[in-house]
Order: sequence, then structure tokens, then C-alpha cells
Amino acid sequence: MTNLTRAGFGTPLSRVDGPAKVTGQAQYAAEFQPEDMLHAHVHTARIAKGKITRIDVSRALAVEGVVDVLTHENRPKVAWFDLKYKDMTAPLRGSPFKALYDENVIFSGQPIALVVAETPEIARYASTLLDVDYKWAEFQTDLAQVLDQAFVPRIPRAGYHKPKSRGDGEQAFSDAPVQVSNRYHLSPEHHNPLEMFASTVIWEGDGHVTISDKTQGVKNSHWYICNAMGWDRDKVRILSPFVGGAFGSGLRPQYQLYLAALAAKKLERSVQVVMTRQEMFGHGYRPECYQTVSLGADREGHLKGIVNSAVTATSSIENYMETVVNWGSMVYRCPDAKLDYKIAKVDTATPCDMRAPGGATGMNLFEVAMDELAYACDIDPLELRLRNYTDREAMKDKPYTSKALHDCYERGAAKFGWDRRSHAPRSMRDGHELIGWGMATGIWEAMMAPTSARARLSADGTLEVATATADMGPGTYTMMTQIAADTTGLPVEKITAKLGDSDLPFSPVQGGSMTAASAGTAVQKACDALLEELLEAARRIEDGPLAGVDLDEVGFGDGRIYLIDDTKIGMRFEEILAAAEMDSLEATELAKPGIINMMRKARNTHSAVFVEVRVDEDVGMARVTRVVNAVAAGRIINPKTARSQILGGVVFGIGMALEEETLADHRIGRWMNHNLAEYHVPVNADVPDIDVLFVEEQDDEVNPIGVKGVGEIGVVGTAAAIANALFHATGKRVRELPITIDKLL
Amino acid sequence: MRRFSYSRPTEVSEALAEAGGEDVRFLAGGTNLVDLMKENVERPQHLVDITRLPLDRIEEIQSGLKIGALVLNSDLAHDPKVENRYPLLSLALLNGASPQLRNSATTGGNLLQRTRCYYFYDVATACNKRDPGAGCQAIGGLTRLHAILGASPHCIATHPSDMCVAMAALDAVVHVESATGTRTIPFEDFHRLPGDTPQRDTTLEPGELVTAVELPATRFDRHYTYLKLRDRQSYAFALVSVAAAMRLEDGVMTDVRLALGGVAHKPWRDRDAEALLSGKAPERALFSKAAEAILADAQGQGANDFKIELARRAIVRGLDQAARGTPQSVTDKRIA
Repeated sequence: MTNLTRAGFGTPLSRVDGPAKVTGQAQYAAEFQPEDMLHAHVHTARIAKGKITRIDVSRALAVEGVVDVLTHENRPKVAWFDLKYKDMTAPLRGSPFKALYDENVIFSGQPIALVVAETPEIARYASTLLDVDYKWAEFQTDLAQVLDQAFVPRIPRAGYHKPKSRGDGEQAFSDAPVQVSNRYHLSPEHHNPLEMFASTVIWEGDGHVTISDKTQGVKNSHWYICNAMGWDRDKVRILSPFVGGAFGSGLRPQYQLYLAALAAKKLERSVQVVMTRQEMFGHGYRPECYQTVSLGADREGHLKGIVNSAVTATSSIENYMETVVNWGSMVYRCPDAKLDYKIAKVDTATPCDMRAPGGATGMNLFEVAMDELAYACDIDPLELRLRNYTDREAMKDKPYTSKALHDCYERGAAKFGWDRRSHAPRSMRDGHELIGWGMATGIWEAMMAPTSARARLSADGTLEVATATADMGPGTYTMMTQIAADTTGLPVEKITAKLGDSDLPFSPVQGGSMTAASAGTAVQKACDALLEELLEAARRIEDGPLAGVDLDEVGFGDGRIYLIDDTKIGMRFEEILAAAEMDSLEATELAKPGIINMMRKARNTHSAVFVEVRVDEDVGMARVTRVVNAVAAGRIINPKTARSQILGGVVFGIGMALEEETLADHRIGRWMNHNLAEYHVPVNADVPDIDVLFVEEQDDEVNPIGVKGVGEIGVVGTAAAIANALFHATGKRVRELPITIDKLL
Repeated sequence: MRRFSYSRPTEVSEALAEAGGEDVRFLAGGTNLVDLMKENVERPQHLVDITRLPLDRIEEIQSGLKIGALVLNSDLAHDPKVENRYPLLSLALLNGASPQLRNSATTGGNLLQRTRCYYFYDVATACNKRDPGAGCQAIGGLTRLHAILGASPHCIATHPSDMCVAMAALDAVVHVESATGTRTIPFEDFHRLPGDTPQRDTTLEPGELVTAVELPATRFDRHYTYLKLRDRQSYAFALVSVAAAMRLEDGVMTDVRLALGGVAHKPWRDRDAEALLSGKAPERALFSKAAEAILADAQGQGANDFKIELARRAIVRGLDQAARGTPQSVTDKRIA
């Protein structure tokens, strides 16, 4: 066993699925290709709102190779009750979008027909031959025009944290000797993962249906599609072994799943639907936000009053909400705070979670306001944060399970060299380049959700750990493998992780940075239970070396159970199974958070982000040249994959700060830059060296494995730090993200 | 994508025999045409794949360098003759697209790139370029990418190429051939302004094939630059770009060349502004004067108003880079 890989907690194990990915063995949703499969192409609406008055499919149907064209006029019978279309992450209130349900169009880009053909090319071509007449209705896609209609939904969305005001924020603000009050804006963004949404419905012919789906939650897709189609849960299986990025867009089942199922149901054949890049702009997105932040402080920068209000966009059909205004008031000590969050309806698809939903929006904009306060008080921006530091969660006045933010500030600042910063804007330059150093605080949630996992030991001594979670890129296969290795002492090579299969034990969607804590704990519990069963089996082996021993007398390692007092005495796992005449041994365990404990203490990740930008004084081209992101996220299971998550988050933050913006033509209510040439995400040349520091927190309370999750924290704070650095460089305060070249001229 | 027939001739004469019909397109690298076909913007009935034609060489000729229409953008950018004599062209090419695209895109195809106007690309909207007479929905809409010079009430699109901006500055000549013969078109006359026929990007006649681009022998290997300002550091179309080249003798500028990209329906050259600079010492105040002259008639569409100021600054900076002999680097993103 000398060349085998030991991987306990803290080992920078390379991705166990890496070889499969780089050799093309990893199978993505559109790569499932059952025999005799039909290909379907979506036809989307040109109008923002109104009705389809006529839809003529005859020319499409006449094309050789076209099998059917599904529209609202000929679709098979589906559930009509809204509840049947509620997936596990849907807003509680509202009526989920139902494709091809009736003649109504509620957003531009809405799927209104599905052309099913023998090849994707035929389907795509025939979809251009549909002849559709519309009747426009009045519509509005511009959030600015409906701010006065913003409202607080009576029933909030699950997982939404209602902001909690304290004292009299408005009075405290207006009494404060130093005041800054401004409105900030974030443009809408689309997730744009590399892999397109795709679903392959495999019609098994015996009443069973297997579906490969691009999703962040196979159990969610399973629940949703069985309800919507009226299918027997036991006869439907969802597979999603690999996901090429999703960033939240795969939390809710996307319409291609529904459409592929609809066509398969009608035609009783296997059907695949793959979205185009353009269609990827016809589903959920990070909603546009207007946020007003008023900060009152004494002359030394101590916060006295916060008034923070925000409005984000939702659709006409559902009340989509995010936790936007809480974050700053949680992080900083301030006696009085008034917080207010509303949503307003626009005629687009329902927005959906996008990496650090609400936090990326709310905290980044709030942290620009903090920078403004630092300059209003003439205090170093880091010093301002330190002066308002608190160990407690300030909004609900609760202790944290852990909060090493102070260490993040210190270590991040030291690594960056913050003490060499000169405070005044435009005071640092290199030739014709203005240099700016900015910083910001990041905060995100450290959640855990009930998750089951199964551990199965086979006669050959190999272990499989499994749960129905997803791996959209963070390295979940690797994390599960590593936790199993840590728990059992088995080498990595003897362990296989399985996920992305609705037949596996329950896992919630992969989102909210909670998979490591949730699936990780479940895997650990299942492995512990398995080891106990294995020991029990070993104890019962008459005349065996472990007969009658107790748990505290033994150790587990190298695939053996051995006596702690004499490690030479023991049995290999496979010997135990053989002696006990078992083919395999299996344990399934449910891990769930302690609700009472969760209420008592706040659980969050924190970060301090330091950024250098350079801006050409003449032409305004800005680039990020250095980033240090110091993150406190509990224990780090795998520093390599965790670092990659922060790198990705920082790149997301660069996009948010400088580039990402879905442009709508509000005259026609349509997104117009619906391709990756014109919707800009950072390219390699935009991304500098990024220094990631983990400030480890030993936290036994946040969850049994002390892990907080790192999928989202990297975005929060990064965009603000860049915006603040741009101010420091140029003296120009831009209160709209992204900060494009025209805003810096 | 519509159904189409496809042929792959090996002789120019065969290709020309198939050309001329309204619904026939030549296919080379396909980096733009195939995209547009997928979007249902281009709907050819017949594609003539010209990639097997013998037009892929860079030849020395008496009057300069003759670049075959099928020379790949990456090969052209890294050709030693081009790097040595016309580094401006190399620089412009390397500012365009991505390495993968440049490995596929051809010289002739780059000439015939179509606009990136959002409305042109989206068949759900009205566009005179795509559908003559339908109207231009870009006007009054999202105009960040759009023209500030030479636009018309029918079309405000811009030409997206970087390569062409350099070729315009270098006084290139386009060689074309049709079933009835050959002709040459001075580069400035190759692309056209939209006027009331924005469906026509160039002065090519139906049935004509671009066979080569000729670069005059005059070399610009010291005082030149290609400065491209855009919404990210790479892989984005120009908001404004400047190709500048000149000779400096005894502290005096001669043979000044200046072309702008991203601002008009064609690479924008202003000979009056060049004349204003010629025979004078390089000074920022003078560059500003030239910029003012070029942009005197510039007109924004709202969202692109900033491009007038951006262009002014880019012209001054580009001329300064050229005069100082410090061309903009492609890899070092600091503005030289």
C-alpha cells in the first residue's frame, strides 16, 4: 500500500474526477445519447408580454425529418395546479412558469414551441419556419420605472432572512456629525456557465423514464418533473453526474427538462433538448438592484446610524427575493439601523440565485458606502472597519460560532502591504498609470441542510460513498472521497464517491455553499456507522483477533481495524467481511443541523479583500493587477479545491465590478447582448495573480465537521474592493456596477 | 440553420462559376458566417467552400507584399515579412478575436466580417442591414457599439475588424476576381458607408471573390501603433481603436497614416487630418488638433456619446505612441 494516497482533512488532494474530465470520460447531460433519440429545438417569443394569436406550424411540419411541433395548442395533458410546478427552491408565492401551457407570453425569450426532429439541425432549421402572430400587451422591463410599485411580500421565500431594524436608524443617521447617503445600482447579470442546459429523456419503454439533466439537484428535478408530468416517482430516475458550471442557474429545473419530458410523454420516445447560448438568457438571472445606503458616524468613524434600503427585480409571476440589506448591519457595530427590502415586478423570467445571491449584491454595494464614509471621516478604510468591529452578529445581537474576520483583516493587509498605502485619491501613480488600493469586507452564510449518505464496503475492501448531491465544479466528488478517507483511514484509491443520481440517498440542491458541510457530515456519519458495524462483525468472529473488543480499544487505518495497544493485531476490512460471510456491508445515515443550536448562534463565513487597480489617466482603461482575499471559513477540507473556489469567486467579482451586465432594450423588453461576445465575463487577461489566504477557524458548533463552505464568499467584497480601488486611483466615485470605461473617462 | 448545398472546388475559376447568385456565399474560416447562419441572419442556399483554392500564400511582388485571401490571421500576424515591415498589421491582427479564432479566420473573411450590432444579430428585431426597409431598431436603443462617424438614418452599425483598420492605414489594395475578370479596389473604397443601402457592407459586386490583399512596399517598422480600447483586456470588439503610422525625419512627421476602428461602418481614415500633421513636429497639442478635426462631425447616439471623447483621447495617445516609437504591446496591458 506504499504508493496509495492518504488524504485526511487539510490535504490538498487533486480532483479525483480530474482524469475523467480531461479525457472526455465525464458524461454531461447532452452526452447521453440513447438509440433512436429525437432532438428538439425551442422556439422563443419575440414579444415581452401579450398573447399568441396564431401559431402556424405547417411549414415546419412539412420539413423532412420533423416528427412533431409542440405548442400550447397540442401539448399533452399536464398538471394544471400551480403547486405541481413548485420545485424545492421555488418562491413560495406565485405561479411558476409553465412552458407551452397557454397562449400567454410573459417575457421575451419565453419558449412557445418545441420542434422535434430526427436531428438537431433539422429541428433548429424547422423552428425558424414557425409563423407566429402576437398581440402585444403593455409591459415594463425597466426596474427604475417601477420602483414606486415596490412591495414587501407577505410570505417570504424560504431561506430568506428578513432584515431586522434596531433603534431609530433614521434619527441616529440625521443626528450624526458625519453623513454619507447615496444610491447604488447593480445591473442584471446572467450566470452563463460554459455548459448549456440540456436534458435527455430516455424512454425505457417499460414505463420507466431515465433523464440526464443539467441540474444542481437531481432530487429537485425528480420531484418537479414527476409532479408536473404526473409520473410515478418510482419509475423516474434523474442522472446528473457532471455539471459544467451552473452558479445557481441549475437550482430550479430549467425549461428544457420540462420540454424534453413533455415531448417524450407525447411521442413516447427518447427526446433531447439542448439550449442555445441565446436561450440561456431566457431563464433566471441575478436581478437588477437599486440600493440606498445612508451611514451616519461620529468624526472618529464610529457608526451611529444606518439606513439601508433596496429594491430588486422579480417577475410578474413569482415573488423572488434575496437577502440584500442585512449584511452590513450584521458585520458592523452600530446602535441604530433601519433596514428595508422590497421587490418590484418587471416582465422578465423570474430571477434566480446567482453565486452569493443577495450578498454579492447587497454587501458589495454597502461596502462601497463604507469606503465613502472612510473618506468622509478621513480615516483609512481598513481602520474604519476595525473601529466598527464586533465579535457579535450585530443585526440580531447574537454570538457567532466563530468569526475570525479580525485575523482576515490583519493577515490580508500584511500580505497585501496595505500599510504602504497613501490615503488620498490619485496619490499613487506609476508614470501615466493611476494606482488604486481598495479593500472591502465579505460575509456569507455557513449553512447546513439535512442530507443522507450511504457508505458501502465491498468484499474486495473498496468503499463507495454516495448521496444525491451534485458536483457543479467545486470538487464535491473529491470532498466526499477525502472525508471518507479521513474517517475510515482507507487510501483514496479504494474509495469511490457517487452523486448526481436521484436513486441515491436524499441530498438537497447544491447551493448556498452548504454542500461540504451537509454532504460532508452525512458521509462522515455514514462512514462512522459503517465502521461500527464492521467492528461489530469483527467482534463476533469467534477466535478472531478482534473478538469481543470495544470501540475505544481499536483504531482504523490502512484498511484495517487494529488494537491500539498492539497495532500488529487486527484484521483487514475484507478479511472481516469474508470471515463474517458478508458480500458487503452498508450504512446509511441522515445528518441534520441542530435547529435550536442554529437559532442561538450566528454562523457565517467572513473575508477581507484587498485589491490593486491601475487606470490609464488618459483613456480610462482599468485593470485589476493584484488581489489578496483572506477568508475565514471554518476548517478547510482541501486547500487546493477550496482555493480554486475563492479564485473563481474573485473572478466573478472582477466581472461584477468591471464587465458583467445584461443589456435590455426596454422599448421591446428584451435582453440584447445574449451571447458571450457581447455579454462580457473576465478573460484570462483580466485576471491577475490572486492570493488566497485561509484563516482557519476551529469551530465545533457550526456543524459536526466544522466546515463553513467556500463556494460564494469569494464574490462578496471583491467587487466592492475593486470599486473602492478605482475611487482611490481616480478620485471618481462610481456608484453603478459594472464600472465600464465610459464611467471612468 | 437552413438547409444548403455545398461544394468545395479547387480552382478559382470553378468557384467563380458557382458564384453570383443572391443565395450563394463563399465559405472560408467560417468564424462569422457559420455563426450568422445559426442565428438565421445569413440564409444561403449554397455554400462554396473556398478553403482548397490556391490562395493561401504570402508573396513578394514588385510593388510590395501580396497576401492571399486564404492566409490565416494567425499566419499573417506571425509572418516575418509582415512582422518586420508592417508590424502595425501584426499588432492589429493579434488584437482581434482569440488565438483559436485567428487560427481559423482568413484574410479575405476578416475583410468581410459583419457588424456586431445587437439588432443585426437578433432576428426578433428590425434591421435594415439584415432586412432592407425593415427599419433600424438600434437607433434610440442600445448603441454602445455603434457609430459616431458616417452613420445614416438607416444604419448606425460599425465595422468590427481590427485587421482592416491597419490595412486602411497601410494603403492596402484589395484584389478581386469574377467570372468576367479581375480588378483592384483601393482599401478605402472597399468598405462603404451605410447610406440608404446598409445591406451592402462593401463595394464588392455579386460574383466577385476577394483573392488577395496587396500591401505597398512602404514599410512602417518604427513609428506605428495599434491602440485598441475595449470593455475588457482581450477578446472584445473595439469601442475605439487607432492605427497610426508615420515616418519621422529630423524631428518632423511625414507620411502620417491614421485610421480609426469601432467608430464607423468602415475603417475611418481622414486624409485632411493626416495632412494637418505632416511636415510638423510631433506634439500633443497638434495631435489634439488632428483629433478635433477628425471628430468635428462626430455624432453620438446616446449610449455611445462617450466614444467621441474616448476617440479623441485615443487618437492623441495613439499618435503619441507612434511618434515616440513605443507601440502598444498586446501582452503588456499597460497603455504605452
